[in-house]
Amino acid sequence: MNTNSNVYTVVYSTILVVVVAAVLAFTAISLQPKQNENVKKETITKVLSAAAQADQTVTIAEDADVMALYSEMATAAFYVDGYGKIVGEMNLGKENVNDIKVATNADLKKQNDIFKKIADGQNDLLASLELPVYVINVNGKSVTVIPCYGAGLWGPIWGYIAVAEDGRSIYGAVFDHKSETPGLGAKITEDFFQNQFAGKEFGQGSQKFDVVKGGAHGASNGVDAISGATITSQALGRTINTWATYYEPYLKTLEVAETVEE
Amino acid sequence: MANVNLKETFLNPIFKGNPISVLVLGICSSLAVTVQLKGAFVMGLSVIIVTGVSSLICSLLRNTIPNRIRIIVQLVVVAMMVILVDQVLKAYAYSVSKTLSVYIGLIITNCIVMGRIEAFALGNKPFASLLDGLGNGLGYAMILVIVAFFRELLGSGTIFGFQVIPQCLYDLGYANNGLMILPPMALVLLGCVIWIQRAVQKDLQEK
Repeated sequence: MNTNSNVYTVVYSTILVVVVAAVLAFTAISLQPKQNENVKKETITKVLSAAAQADQTVTIAEDADVMALYSEMATAAFYVDGYGKIVGEMNLGKENVNDIKVATNADLKKQNDIFKKIADGQNDLLASLELPVYVINVNGKSVTVIPCYGAGLWGPIWGYIAVAEDGRSIYGAVFDHKSETPGLGAKITEDFFQNQFAGKEFGQGSQKFDVVKGGAHGASNGVDAISGATITSQALGRTINTWATYYEPYLKTLEVAETVEE
Repeated sequence: MANVNLKETFLNPIFKGNPISVLVLGICSSLAVTVQLKGAFVMGLSVIIVTGVSSLICSLLRNTIPNRIRIIVQLVVVAMMVILVDQVLKAYAYSVSKTLSVYIGLIITNCIVMGRIEAFALGNKPFASLLDGLGNGLGYAMILVIVAFFRELLGSGTIFGFQVIPQCLYDLGYANNGLMILPPMALVLLGCVIWIQRAVQKDLQEK
């Protein structure tokens, strides 16, 4: 057979591509549940390790069974809209850990896209937001963990911030990123940076929180940026600030509840 | 080339014709993923599988591939293998796949894989091609593991994540070499490996 004829080449490449596509589609679909579980576990680990910073004696071991730990420590998990109203519940997995529902990065990205539309003036979308809130019990302290997600320098950056009962003070935060520069922007995942968040609080007005180039100089609503990673630092500051703004109505209700109790 | 020496085919790329230390291919990924042994190990294993299986597939197809689109066909086969490996890692070794991030995907562009298919698999029988692919992958993996061993030992004081440098040494003033964590030291270590290999195998030295 003439393997150099045009017909042969076209038929050959068509068959090859179809076969390869079928193989890849089959693998992708059959491995999907397992991959989703990994993503879920990672989210849970982040939520728990953010919450654990409320108490120095609690640490989340690297090989811990995070699913079981979460179902034990979580007291509530729900979605709030842009007015602070609870609009949906998430399964805590109290009966079966496999039922645990968390908002993964894909969900956070959706919310972030809605933020952009709201910033463009579509204020009616505030009611359609579904912002995840996790309430974790850490040795008797009720810690509210809220996520943030936004664009870094090369790809998305995200994080989880543990907020105290008063809705303003920050116990701690953990961050992660997809592809920030190693040794520079990627340092947002390191302890020296994350530890700065303990004891800070969300500010009032338009500037809730910031990652400040040149140093925050002890400001209660800011931390020092990372040298050499200006864009990642700015992006992270902007991301936290944006998310804190949309969470504010809900966090305000915590503040009010706390005052009433006193 | 009907009767290639199978043993030679398999062993040559591991020592005498090592893709990294002799042919100097695939340097980029060997600098990037050798900070820790675990990552280097998984990366090496992935490359072994990709080179082995894609050489085998291309060799099986060698008489049917239209000559004009042969590079594209090779690319499709290699890309398929890389995506398969990536998907499996994401499902069963999630944390490692996160540390390796884009480098698994970049195996596609690793010259070793395409080079061996083009130079060997298209002209040889499937079994010989499989051995050639595996041998080249193994040669690549070996250098990766050697470099990663020294980088992790000197840079973090650990081997496979286990602390091996005792605390008392740190108390005496020993400190981990932070430079080892950064890619330039991988290049220096790689240079040392090449140096040693050339000192041992005199026939590699240019006159």
